[in-house]
Amino acid sequence: MTTESKSLIGAPIARKEDRRFLTGTGRYTDDLNRLHQTHAVFLRSPHAHAKIVSINTSAAAAAPGVVAVYTGADIAADKVGGIPCGWLVKNKDGSNMVEPPHPALVADVVRHVGDQVAVVIAETKAQAKAALNLIEVEYDVLPAAATVRDAVAEGAPLVWEQAPGNTCFDWHLGDLAAVEAAFAKAHKIVEIEVTNNRLIPNAMEPRAAIGEYDAAGDMLTLYTTSQNPHLIRLLLGAFVLGVPEHKLRVVAPDVGGGFGSKIFHYAEEAVVVWAARKIGRPVKWTAERSESFMSDAHGRDTVMTAKLAVDREGNFLGFRVHNTANMGAYLSTFATAVPTYLSGTLMAGVYKTPAVYVEVRAVFTHTVPVDAYRGAGRPEATYVIERIVDKAARELGMDRLEIRKKNFIRTFPYKTPVALEYDTGDYDATLAMALEKADVKNYPSRVEASKKRGKLRGIGYSTYLEACGIAPSALVGALGARAGLYEAANVRVHPTGSVSVFTGTHSHGQGHETTFAQLVAQQLGIPFDKVEVVHGDSDKIPFGMGTYGSRSLSVGGSAIVKAVDKIIAKGKKIAAHLLEAGEADIEFKDGKFVVAGTDKSKAFGEIAFAAYVPHNYPIDTVEPGLDESAFYDPKNFTYPAGTHVVEVEVDPDTGVVTVESVVAADDVGVIINPMIVDGQMHGGLAQGIGQALFEECVYDESGQLLTGSYMTYSMPRAADFPMFKVGNHVTACTHNPIGAKGVGEVGAIGVPPATINAVLDALAPLGVTDIQMPATPEKVWRAIVAAKGSKAQ
Amino acid sequence: MKEFHFHRASSVADAVAAVKGASAGKFLAGGQSLLPVLKLEMAEPSDLVSISRIKELRGVCVDGNKLLIGAVTTHAEVAASSEVKKHIPGLAALAEHIGDAQVRNRGTIGGSVAHADPAADYPAALVALGATIKTDRRAIAAEDFFTGLFETALEPDELVVAVHFPIPEKSAYAKFASHASKYALCGVMVSKTGSDVRVAVTGAGQKVFRVPEMEKALAARFEPSALDGISISADDLLSDGQASAEYRAHLVTVMAKRAVAAA
Ligand SMILES: Cc1cc2nc3c(=O)[nH]c(=O)nc-3n(C[C@H](O)[C@H](O)[C@H](O)COP(=O)(O)OP(=O)(O)OC[C@H]3O[C@@H](n4cnc5c(N)ncnc54)[C@H](O)[C@@H]3O)c2cc1C
Repeated sequence: MTTESKSLIGAPIARKEDRRFLTGTGRYTDDLNRLHQTHAVFLRSPHAHAKIVSINTSAAAAAPGVVAVYTGADIAADKVGGIPCGWLVKNKDGSNMVEPPHPALVADVVRHVGDQVAVVIAETKAQAKAALNLIEVEYDVLPAAATVRDAVAEGAPLVWEQAPGNTCFDWHLGDLAAVEAAFAKAHKIVEIEVTNNRLIPNAMEPRAAIGEYDAAGDMLTLYTTSQNPHLIRLLLGAFVLGVPEHKLRVVAPDVGGGFGSKIFHYAEEAVVVWAARKIGRPVKWTAERSESFMSDAHGRDTVMTAKLAVDREGNFLGFRVHNTANMGAYLSTFATAVPTYLSGTLMAGVYKTPAVYVEVRAVFTHTVPVDAYRGAGRPEATYVIERIVDKAARELGMDRLEIRKKNFIRTFPYKTPVALEYDTGDYDATLAMALEKADVKNYPSRVEASKKRGKLRGIGYSTYLEACGIAPSALVGALGARAGLYEAANVRVHPTGSVSVFTGTHSHGQGHETTFAQLVAQQLGIPFDKVEVVHGDSDKIPFGMGTYGSRSLSVGGSAIVKAVDKIIAKGKKIAAHLLEAGEADIEFKDGKFVVAGTDKSKAFGEIAFAAYVPHNYPIDTVEPGLDESAFYDPKNFTYPAGTHVVEVEVDPDTGVVTVESVVAADDVGVIINPMIVDGQMHGGLAQGIGQALFEECVYDESGQLLTGSYMTYSMPRAADFPMFKVGNHVTACTHNPIGAKGVGEVGAIGVPPATINAVLDALAPLGVTDIQMPATPEKVWRAIVAAKGSKAQ
Repeated sequence: MKEFHFHRASSVADAVAAVKGASAGKFLAGGQSLLPVLKLEMAEPSDLVSISRIKELRGVCVDGNKLLIGAVTTHAEVAASSEVKKHIPGLAALAEHIGDAQVRNRGTIGGSVAHADPAADYPAALVALGATIKTDRRAIAAEDFFTGLFETALEPDELVVAVHFPIPEKSAYAKFASHASKYALCGVMVSKTGSDVRVAVTGAGQKVFRVPEMEKALAARFEPSALDGISISADDLLSDGQASAEYRAHLVTVMAKRAVAAA
């Protein structure tokens, strides 16, 4: 790709989409209203685990305005398939994971608070809600296991009979013998146990879905809040309803944030489409916020124990991790891939540890399914690594940065002991940039200033790495993925030279309409506003795997670049004809087809016009039109990396942690729009610090959700943060045509351990050595009290 | 939310009559506590009687050594009032830290005291300052007004008209807010008028309460260090996912000292 002086690559262009979002003219699923539409509300289980003894819907069915009431029995009678899981993980012994059924409406046993038991469809939402209260369900309440620790306890209530010990799978990766040998010769073995707190995604727009049936054409349409409409079409069509693709259209219009939670295929989507066909009218459902808390897939929720073997000088010799990961009650679309292929494979981090071994026991619990959430597995890996590295430094009496630098990988490509091959990176460069931006040299004076105010100050680092741009299809296929992970694009040049770009990725906050337009305008040498980016409709887009795993630019953008390459190649043929030159002599530069070494040229618009009005045209060898598609399958993951530095102040009287400084120096590859990259960083950092300090989804021992509203689930707010200082050092990805790596998840991946390391640094003088996320005021206060108590003894 | 009849009352008498006449009537002020309750269907009133446009219920004035605040005066109005800032700055500061800007622009002092949320801020101020709650039919001392968790001495059709605050020599409020909700996990108001010192705690217990031991110590010496070594028992305090009783008890002393320092 060319990057000229007035290049659009690297230009901080204001986002095209912001006008409609900021003026309230975006079109979200709930903004759509279909003719003769009905409204659905779901009856959800109030219990974490209970047998449905009986269910009586007759009063509800007779209530004013009610069109239909359906239960699990109706779903079963119509042979509606279960919601499928998209990734098969194998046990250590090669056998398959336990894959329980996941019915769209439950008929026999409810397995988490919020499990859907029945649906009421009425003329208005108020009528549907009123009728919902008339459904009588008799439950036989059973004991529940809601947490990882409860689920693995001896004699724990089973979520599924077919999963003894509540184990879904028991997976491993790495060379155990090599790790054992490394531990045998270690100078010291550092141990840690860390939990990754369970998080509720809380996208600003709640999930919504509209099912529609057109009897005339026997066509089904689903409008839904999705990050990947094509994948939903595939799962809903092929697995749940048994409808072929050409009879099913899935549209994901403007979507107000997803953070992963809108990747997955949800039961409500299946029910509204199924019901729309049954009643012959559109069926609309929009979640209320309290439903979101109990039915959106949650994130994280792992308990890890880890051991790091080090020699006297602080070289890492071996690393071993055991992860117990909560799957929830059912397997959501990508749930099984998160702790394994998106986390276990990351356990080398940026370090040249020669031997790494990771085991994952995935367990069922009586909770909402857990699945990918911004970072998906990589925050969990980064957290355990960056915590134990800090601990190793403290136990060896080494500087926390020295021990990191001593173990940095510096030669590329680098093959890790856990299956990945890093193509490029420069961890020293981002570290140096971060230290500079964080003004680390003057840190001691800030500690003094805090002390004068009666506060404890701490600084924490995280030198993280992640793998994104998912993913090479053959590789993930061999690892159990039930889909390819390439991306598709269609570039349609219109007769007067403007361009529509159809992408299989989906933008729900990422700004694709702007970034992709910059990419195409630059490549074709045409003005930015001549390019429109279209996404989110399976009828318009050739195909697509959607947006997650920070893949949209590196994979989706690469597909676009390849399609534009085809446009240019065809344009050269047309230009050669018009300019009466050999095709090999035509160069494409700055939006012009030029005969090399001459001033003879044709503008891009002229070629487009010729292609659609082919009067003077090489019609015998070149088809009319200028419209090309491409599919791009990545050759490798991409590997963003960097250093995050957090400074905190702790109030020893109350335990309150305030964030004083946040610095992120990241290598996310080539940057198209730095303003959008900064925005992605800001959001990711806020979410990451949210995990470290505030957010936690809590179930009690009976499986009741204690954090079911914003009264108790603590979201980070702007006022919780100082201005973020972010910067980039670019090493271009070596295997995609853009050189991009990905930025969507980097903030949420790198910053939680930097935050906790800072809190522990502040508390170190008191003798506190551990704290689990989130570091709430009470937890910090208790840690201080406990440390004082043990010092006093 | 269930359906209900809506009335906009034009006077105190009109409002009280409307609630009296309804089968299950309720006053509606800023709606910041009532609407969430209705949405969750935890209350199903037949009639809502809006009082927010009754002129005689709105505003702040000084009457001798008393500050009078009308029941539908919003938190934002109290926070911004020059009279409040001049005479009881601690009260203005308290109002300024209730919830968020939207809540402060809608929520009212009358609604807050009538709702008697154990985590609300105003009850601490009313009790520490020895305020009187004026209703359409009587005057109730703050200490007799708050009777329990979400419970007051009000009769179902009784309307809070105003709150009368004696102006203290000094006072201040220190709040430890829940990060999630911004309500008080522990809020302590201290006031001093001559040798009369009061310490009132909200958020930590079932209802607002005073701490006599702290009041005695502060009456002798009104300084934060006078509270060194004084702690309250965690036994009757609230305990939940936000904060344990033990932590709340600890915060009472910390916040009391901060309030004294700020007064
Ligand atoms: C997000 C959020 C955060 C909040 N944070 C805080 C906080 O930090 N601190 C805090 O103190 N509060 C907080 N609140 C509550 C807020 O202060 C409310 O405004 C207040 O509790 C109720 O006042 P209102 O005018 O909205 O009353 P409404 O909601 O209209 O009414 C509440 C109750 O009082 C009754 N009522 C109202 N006015 C009268 C009257 N004059 N006479 C008799 N009965 C009456 C109503 O019938 C109803 O039962 C918060 C609320 C929200 C939504």
